[in-house]
Amino acid sequence: MSAETARFGVKTAPHSPPKHAVPVIMRRVLYALVPAAACYVWFFGFGLVINFLVCAAASVLAEAAMLRIRGRPIQPALGDGSAVVTAALLAFSMPPLVPWWVPAAGGVSAIVLAKQLYGGLGKNLFNPAMVGYAILLLSFPVEMTRWVPPRMGDIDYVHLEPLAHLAYAFTGTLPPELGLDAMTRATPLDLVKEGLRSGQTFTEIRANSLFGDFGGRGWEWVGNFLILGGLYLLSAGIIRWHIPIAMLAGLVIPSGLLFAFDPAGYAGPGFHLFSGAALLGAFFIATDPVSAAATIRGRLIYGCSIGFLTFAIRTWGGYPDGVAFAVLIMNAAVPLIDRYTRPRVFGHG
Amino acid sequence: MLSGIVILVGLATGLSTILVVSARMLGKADDSAVDAIERLLPRIQCAQCGYAGCRPYAEAIADGAADINRCPPGGVETVRALAGLLGRDPVPVDESLGRASMLKRALIDESVCIGCNRCAEACPVDAIAGLPQRMHTVIAAHCTGCELCLPPCPVDCISMVERNA
Amino acid sequence: MLKFTPRRRLTGGMRLPANKTESTARPIHKAFIPPRLIVSTRQHRGPAAVPVVEVGQPALRGETIARANSIDAADVHAPTSGTVVAIEAREVPLASAVVVEQCVVIETDGADRAVREPAPVEPGATLEAKLEQIRAAGIVGLGGAVFPAAAKLRLASGVACELLIINGAECEPYISCDDMLMRESAKEILDGAEILRQLVDAKECIVAIERDKPQAIDAITAAGEALGIERLSIAELPSIYPAGGERQLVDVLTEVEVPSGRFPGDVGFICQNVATAYAVHRYFRHGEPLTRRIVTVTGAGVAEPCNIEAMIGTPIADLIAACGGYRGETVRLIQGGSMMGFAMGSDDLPVTKASNCIIVASAPEVRRDSHEWPCIRCGECSIVCPARLQPQDLVLAARASNVAMLNELDLFDCIECGLCDVVCPSQILLTQSFRDAKELVRSSDAREAFSQQSDERYRLREQRRHEAAVADEQRRDEIKRMLGSEEDRVEAIRAAVARGRERKGETDVG
Repeated sequence: MSAETARFGVKTAPHSPPKHAVPVIMRRVLYALVPAAACYVWFFGFGLVINFLVCAAASVLAEAAMLRIRGRPIQPALGDGSAVVTAALLAFSMPPLVPWWVPAAGGVSAIVLAKQLYGGLGKNLFNPAMVGYAILLLSFPVEMTRWVPPRMGDIDYVHLEPLAHLAYAFTGTLPPELGLDAMTRATPLDLVKEGLRSGQTFTEIRANSLFGDFGGRGWEWVGNFLILGGLYLLSAGIIRWHIPIAMLAGLVIPSGLLFAFDPAGYAGPGFHLFSGAALLGAFFIATDPVSAAATIRGRLIYGCSIGFLTFAIRTWGGYPDGVAFAVLIMNAAVPLIDRYTRPRVFGHG
Repeated sequence: MLSGIVILVGLATGLSTILVVSARMLGKADDSAVDAIERLLPRIQCAQCGYAGCRPYAEAIADGAADINRCPPGGVETVRALAGLLGRDPVPVDESLGRASMLKRALIDESVCIGCNRCAEACPVDAIAGLPQRMHTVIAAHCTGCELCLPPCPVDCISMVERNA
Repeated sequence: MLKFTPRRRLTGGMRLPANKTESTARPIHKAFIPPRLIVSTRQHRGPAAVPVVEVGQPALRGETIARANSIDAADVHAPTSGTVVAIEAREVPLASAVVVEQCVVIETDGADRAVREPAPVEPGATLEAKLEQIRAAGIVGLGGAVFPAAAKLRLASGVACELLIINGAECEPYISCDDMLMRESAKEILDGAEILRQLVDAKECIVAIERDKPQAIDAITAAGEALGIERLSIAELPSIYPAGGERQLVDVLTEVEVPSGRFPGDVGFICQNVATAYAVHRYFRHGEPLTRRIVTVTGAGVAEPCNIEAMIGTPIADLIAACGGYRGETVRLIQGGSMMGFAMGSDDLPVTKASNCIIVASAPEVRRDSHEWPCIRCGECSIVCPARLQPQDLVLAARASNVAMLNELDLFDCIECGLCDVVCPSQILLTQSFRDAKELVRSSDAREAFSQQSDERYRLREQRRHEAAVADEQRRDEIKRMLGSEEDRVEAIRAAVARGRERKGETDVG
């Protein structure tokens, strides 16, 4: 009966294979952005794709260069896909019609300043995409606020072919019959900020053809697809509900309260939800695990605070949107939040 | 312009005065530094560092009179801990100070021992027991491996062995 | 039979692929007699038993071959008849590792003669006598941790025992031996449980079973109805790993968290595995000491996964051969489940009382060696952690060898369930780093204790020397005072010298 003895490898428990891998997560985040990106391209033109490609190339090159300088192995770190996700989020945050050096500078500053200088993936205190965005906004205020109107029948949207888009991005020339001013318009958030400041009521401002049911026209549709992507991430177990829900609650509840008291003087909760980077922020930016709180209670506090700060900056601050700054401010508070929301360990007190 | 300069210079002077005064008044911070350093040392009082014990060595480190690599029994771990505490770079242990190790302990060859008691007098932690003119032995659990008992032995009957052997 | 509803949800935890259906398709294979048994004298957590047989001596089934000499140990018996051919140190798989123990090697004769006719054992009059019987029967916890049953029952004898939990949760993937035992021997298990309940005088007894074992639940319920035992109920638990951990069971059933660093027994809860209850039944009703146990042999690398009743000491190679042998390429041989079990280098190791499951694993069933990505602080590990720890912070403290931080983060509350490894997207070997960190903290604590001891002894010595020096000084002063002036002293010396001469003269004369 006795068989010959066999020899086997000895490894420590647990033996069950792991369920996730960082590159898979990064890839899924990119998948989740695809529907919203397609919708964005439909309404606002081909610029997003160019910006993304330029930004991704710059990010990956910057990452490789920094890894080289730091003497770290390049392949595994590039293969994790985190630089590409950063580039995608950054491309989503900038206007479609910008010269090529804007996404390039954004990608480089995001990766070098916010990520690699802190020690690379997992070590960064701040969300790299938002640092990149903030640097771009402060450095190139003109380019970064030149938004285009959505492609809707009754709006004077000018469609640019992809090649013309490319020509603008890399040479700065537009087709002869077009001027930049003819193509760009203020965003709904700009209109609300300016309008309320100059004494118009929210209802009057909303009469503008750029406004849809809740937020800006076109923007609303992108928002719907962002929600779809977010739901996919939730169902795939890539993110958990705490941060998105808390952030949206932190945005909707105060705006809803003020809107209920003074519907003329404040923008409504639906507008806040479907404008600017609120949904992108809730599902894709604030949920960046590296720079977010790790404990459950901490995530609720973190998300809620981002939502509220976004609302506060939009309502009383100097910028029309506040998601990026709200995220950066709360990033700085994460170590503190995590420290004080550590749950009681089993069997203690 | 002028007012700006005046304000900045005023601020700098005022704040630095406060800092200097408080540093003088809170002189006790020195002692706690010595305590912290001493806690990181092995505290086996082997004196291999050239100081009378761990406390004097800690004081010397705090004063900047001694480097952090003078503790052979503490080895790399102690150097690393001290470097972390003091914000310095770890350096290799000074090998000229001997190779005493806490992983070893002294063993007296009882057949050779003449009972002179000199080793027991040298032991800083009373880990050697025996009556004069009678055999002596090392209490293994108390021996720190400091090697201070080796030089006084007139018959060289003490050797260092692995602690767990 | 009464149903008991769990009071609380499990802290953390996670549903894992069970991988149990393969091994539960057939009934339990009955024991076979291998040509050679390697019976370790240590089959439990605690000091080894001392061999009481000699090489060359015949052994009979049920004969004590090693006797425990402490309450924290248990006797070891010959599983079948044969001849003792060697008593030697060998590798054996015990609770959480392969260890080297003194083993009694028996060459079997196939006759399976018993040392005495099977007969019920009358329970002793006192608790102490009963615990002695359990120890002499070699009964240990058969859930895999092999804590001697008597030692555990004694823990609760100091406090009023609220509850006896018969653990049939069996939450870890692959393991199905308790499931099969409950299906086939439900009455015996409940009888053993009742003997245990009376022994510790517990107010209640609950049999806890995970919901993914409907046949076991039915069998236990039916047996409970048939036997009509009072104070006995059954609790169905959600199949979430690690619901079968003792602390987790007590928490889920009673809402009591066993305080950190204490045992459930310290606060009035006793957990015993269903197979342990069965062993108690076999001993008190049939006089059979514990010499065999049910082992799940499963995994993609074995031809016929099944549960098999194995004699303690059966070489694992024989066990696998009895299950149809190897199939395909086996990359790892694991004792225990896939979460907390340990890999064995060879199949010539013998079955011990801890061998609840042998996984013959093929490559896709086990974790591959892979690249570790940096921690991205996703926090999944802290969400699944049943101890509510923060593994993402602990791993940083472990890498930095920061003992103070490891203690602050309550490293020692980690039960090493392995869930953090499974959910970690960066595929960091968290559990292993925590095991290493525990070792680091222990050695650092030992070092600190030694430093304090040395410091203290040094201070005492310095004090003693100082006192001696002061005493010498005083003595000198005293003598000086006694002698008074310079002339007096000279006179005293002269007198002393004279006395000495005188005495010398006397001896010369004498």
